[in-house]
Amino acid sequence: MRLELHWIDYLIMIIYFLFVLGIGWFLRKFMKNANAFLEAGRSMPAWVAGLAFISTNLGALEVMGMTGSGMKYGMLTTHFYWIGAIPAMIFLALFMMPFYYGSKARSVPEFLKLRYDEKTRGLNAILFALMTVLASGISMYALAILMENVLGWDFNLSLWISALIVLGYTYLGGLSSAIYNEVLQFFIIVIGLLPLVFLSLKDVGGWFGLKEKLEPVAAANNYAADTFTTTWKYAGEASSNPLGVEWFGILFGLGFVLSFGYWCTNFLIVQRAFAAESKAAARKVPLIGALPKMFIPFLIIVPGIIALVLFNGHNPDFRAGFPVDAAGKPIYDYTIIMLLKQYLPAGVLGLGITALLASFMSGMAGNVSAFNTVWTYDIYQSYIRPRTGNEEADGKHYLKVGRVATVAVILLSIASAYIASKFGNIMDFLQTIFSMINAPLFAVIFLGMFWKRTTGHAAFTGLLAGFLLALLHHGLTVPEGATTLVKGGWIAQLHTYPVEMAQNFWTAIIAFTVSTSFTVGLTFMTKQQKSDTDLKGLVYSLTPRELDDSHLPWFERPVGLAILVGVISIILTIIFW
Amino acid sequence: MVDIRIPIGLMFTIIGVIISVMGLVTNSDAEMYQKSLGINVNLFMGALMLVFGLIMLFFALRKKKT
Repeated sequence: MRLELHWIDYLIMIIYFLFVLGIGWFLRKFMKNANAFLEAGRSMPAWVAGLAFISTNLGALEVMGMTGSGMKYGMLTTHFYWIGAIPAMIFLALFMMPFYYGSKARSVPEFLKLRYDEKTRGLNAILFALMTVLASGISMYALAILMENVLGWDFNLSLWISALIVLGYTYLGGLSSAIYNEVLQFFIIVIGLLPLVFLSLKDVGGWFGLKEKLEPVAAANNYAADTFTTTWKYAGEASSNPLGVEWFGILFGLGFVLSFGYWCTNFLIVQRAFAAESKAAARKVPLIGALPKMFIPFLIIVPGIIALVLFNGHNPDFRAGFPVDAAGKPIYDYTIIMLLKQYLPAGVLGLGITALLASFMSGMAGNVSAFNTVWTYDIYQSYIRPRTGNEEADGKHYLKVGRVATVAVILLSIASAYIASKFGNIMDFLQTIFSMINAPLFAVIFLGMFWKRTTGHAAFTGLLAGFLLALLHHGLTVPEGATTLVKGGWIAQLHTYPVEMAQNFWTAIIAFTVSTSFTVGLTFMTKQQKSDTDLKGLVYSLTPRELDDSHLPWFERPVGLAILVGVISIILTIIFW
Repeated sequence: MVDIRIPIGLMFTIIGVIISVMGLVTNSDAEMYQKSLGINVNLFMGALMLVFGLIMLFFALRKKKT
């Protein structure tokens, strides 16, 4: 499965590297204090922050994972987009952003501190910092191993070079540099993968040719003929679709709990909107991100579905070269790179590989800049060295701390990538555990924003209880055919889910429900420590209404954009029903 | 601070030119383009990137004057 690159391919990669580093180099002189470095001085235009918002999400694990999922589940993978992302992005923009941005909080943990109390912030900040290091290590490992197996690049070399380039531009230019580069990376990812979509579709005879060629594949797996090219049609029962989840799990588990947990509270993502130049711009950021997000399935999922056709008889060479596991099943992570290899000649191939590297870097830089901010403001400034009052000296001091943290987090990510290469199972397990912190976090932030009574003690307990109960659920259930305890059932095996996805969805649903009940219940039992004046700007009912924006054309108003995004995604859902 | 359209425009223009030239030089190489179903995908993508890069530069520079 080796793939040889031409010198032109390397030349394109090198030009890309020079540009990302150059942007960092150019921005270095603007980094005068911590505010510029960690918050981009709150100066980003909406469209820049919006593309960065979606680019951070379009990391290597997303590109590799969603192409692989396309090959595994077919069009059902689009549930992660049209129902599993768009509604949450609209909600974030219209209902949550005014409080996030208006509170002047510099991070999600800091918002928790303002709305609730110190302990809630501390718990969230520490868990978030750990999760971030781990996530960036895992994606580094995933990419380096792919490059080693397919391109023959040395594992250590590609790990260190890609990490050092990210270090270079984030160290120099901080969040601004990460955001500007994410915009560049967004365009490289889209343009680099574009030829793949056209060529692969042409190869199988367009969308209708693809549908026809998938019929025997679906039949061989005992599914209805059009299972792989539809989204909701077979979602009535878990057993009739390859995702193994029925409509309720998709709607509530993915569309509500998982997606709102990720899009509305994950600081990695929302930090891009925090960096916008005004409250109005901040509200538009998630919506501008949602516009390309709706069409990303055509860029990465559709080629994945085509890989399923190629693998099942359409192209014997493709199948012969595809890495498989001991049971003969394809290793789905390789889908994207096997497709690049299949269709792209030297030249555009370099562009495609550069797109993969760009996706890796945008995800990694997102982790780095989010970690820096949380570490410097929520951990270092809160517990190690508080502000002295001399603003200028403080700004310089925390800038230095932010820079040191950049180096530290990248070294820690490299370490965690090596741990992942030795103990992959442990890392998978840790990642599963950390995935359980988002759903309770959403419950707590949501209640805090819309119910002024919610107390700090209740929120803290709700966060912890949701997390622990989710952990317990994971310990008591297993997906069918699990061979390691990493997948669950490490306490006892009380229930078996047909597929892993179903288990994930239910873990999230439980985390959310438990967290909500605890927070609501305890709120009635504890006393609100904060006065209405403290909560002004943080809670819906205590915040004065928005400035009137009805003089603007509809496409410059958040509500107008939200309706546009909503309508397009409904149309897409109906077309591919 | 900086107009991000300038570096994006520059980068796509440069890479666009390189890939287009590559496409022109290898236009008769049928074996190379067998992979891409006989389409000279370098020429297409190179031209597309070049146009995209120039549009970015055009808007960035036009704004600067005003």
